[in-house]
Amino acid sequence: MTTPSERVTVRCTVNGRPGAHVVEARRSLADFLREDLGLTGTHVGCEHGVCGACTVLVDGRSARSCLLFAAQLDGRAVTTIEGLTPAEGLSPLQESFRVCHAMQCGFCTPGMIVTVTALLAEEPAPSTETIREAISGNLCMCTGYVNIVRAVEQAVAARPAEARA
Amino acid sequence: MKPARFRYARADSLAEATALLAAAPGDAKLLAGGQSLVPMLNMRLVRPAVLVDVNGLRELTGITPLPDGGLRLGALTRHAELAGSPLVRERAPLLAEAARHVGHAAIRNQGTLGGSVAHADPAAELPAALLALDARVHITGPRGAREVAADAFFRGLLTTALEPDEILTAIEVPVPPPSWGFVEIARRPGDFALAGVAVTVGSHPLPLPAPSRAREGAVRLVGFGIGDRPIRLIRAERIVAGGRVDAETAARAGAAAGADCDPPGDVHGSAEFRRHLASVLVERALLQMSARLAGRAR
Repeated sequence: MTTPSERVTVRCTVNGRPGAHVVEARRSLADFLREDLGLTGTHVGCEHGVCGACTVLVDGRSARSCLLFAAQLDGRAVTTIEGLTPAEGLSPLQESFRVCHAMQCGFCTPGMIVTVTALLAEEPAPSTETIREAISGNLCMCTGYVNIVRAVEQAVAARPAEARA
Repeated sequence: MKPARFRYARADSLAEATALLAAAPGDAKLLAGGQSLVPMLNMRLVRPAVLVDVNGLRELTGITPLPDGGLRLGALTRHAELAGSPLVRERAPLLAEAARHVGHAAIRNQGTLGGSVAHADPAAELPAALLALDARVHITGPRGAREVAADAFFRGLLTTALEPDEILTAIEVPVPPPSWGFVEIARRPGDFALAGVAVTVGSHPLPLPAPSRAREGAVRLVGFGIGDRPIRLIRAERIVAGGRVDAETAARAGAAAGADCDPPGDVHGSAEFRRHLASVLVERALLQMSARLAGRAR
């Protein structure tokens, strides 16, 4: 029988980079990314799954990184905002956020980008209502939702037609 | 806001998970999707010494059609799977609809059916849907396996028939009812419902396998967010017994439900407002069920 332990070995891939890590059992995925890997693009807001700021992709699907322990990541692949950002410049979605001024203080922006990336992977041409519902789990304390929805719509419209099918 | 220290073990089999729970009596918790447990850990509302991670247990996965027309759902079935599975949509459309209303996409990707049922939040959608469907809860533990009807499973606020050393392994739902309804009111999509209602009307041409299974015309009407657990609204059920629902009976059933429930009041809505919602939602759910039945008959 496995013996329960306060320290756990985890083999996982973060932004395409495989690695083995020994983590404290209670280390959240969010703190693991920020404190242990220095990936501070993932923001930590409420730490109980309500604000959406810490959203990352786990095996391609959105997840709250404050509600997962790093110990649970064995054999899985995590993508953070850093992994969604090109080496140079911005992704089309990020560029659309910039053009539409879809950020004020910017705290919610990484979580918004990750959430919308997951949405567009499943639904390439979402309606305005679908976009609003998809980001309803991501709080923008500046209340800048109008421009965020506009940025997503513009990013969708700017895609080549075949990507929207 | 970090959880207190705990020890963590990844179980490789159901037998190992059971042994791990037994090894820390009353001081171990199962970790499945973690979407309710981890917030409680982070806020230190619970401080178990040991977390047993059951996410790797293949015995707890899978959506399997049963020969009688029902469905067996592994406890680790994620809400997103419930909402998206063609098999669930065909055989338990009420459950698929309820799952669509749970939290946000990121929550639905991780959260599990078994976790939601074992946690038994009184405002949660899935326990109410399962009660309306007359589902059965499969449990295993050191004293062997047993199954409990949804009617006997939910006991009170976050309290169920599950013992601390037992594991919820699967849910079985019977043959799909001919019609159903599901409505809820929440402040924003993804928030816990202020109030909601799930309803089914039973009828089945074949001999029924168990006495508890839905009888001809029997209506199971369940409110959530309006008590300490999902609540059968018995007096309202009797008003629409036989499945004959029209605007007048739906309104009478709604009024009875509103009068009978004893909802909590909090910052999101007063008890009186929730009572009003229960009444209106019962009426709407019954009319939805009736319209769906008429649509099918055509």
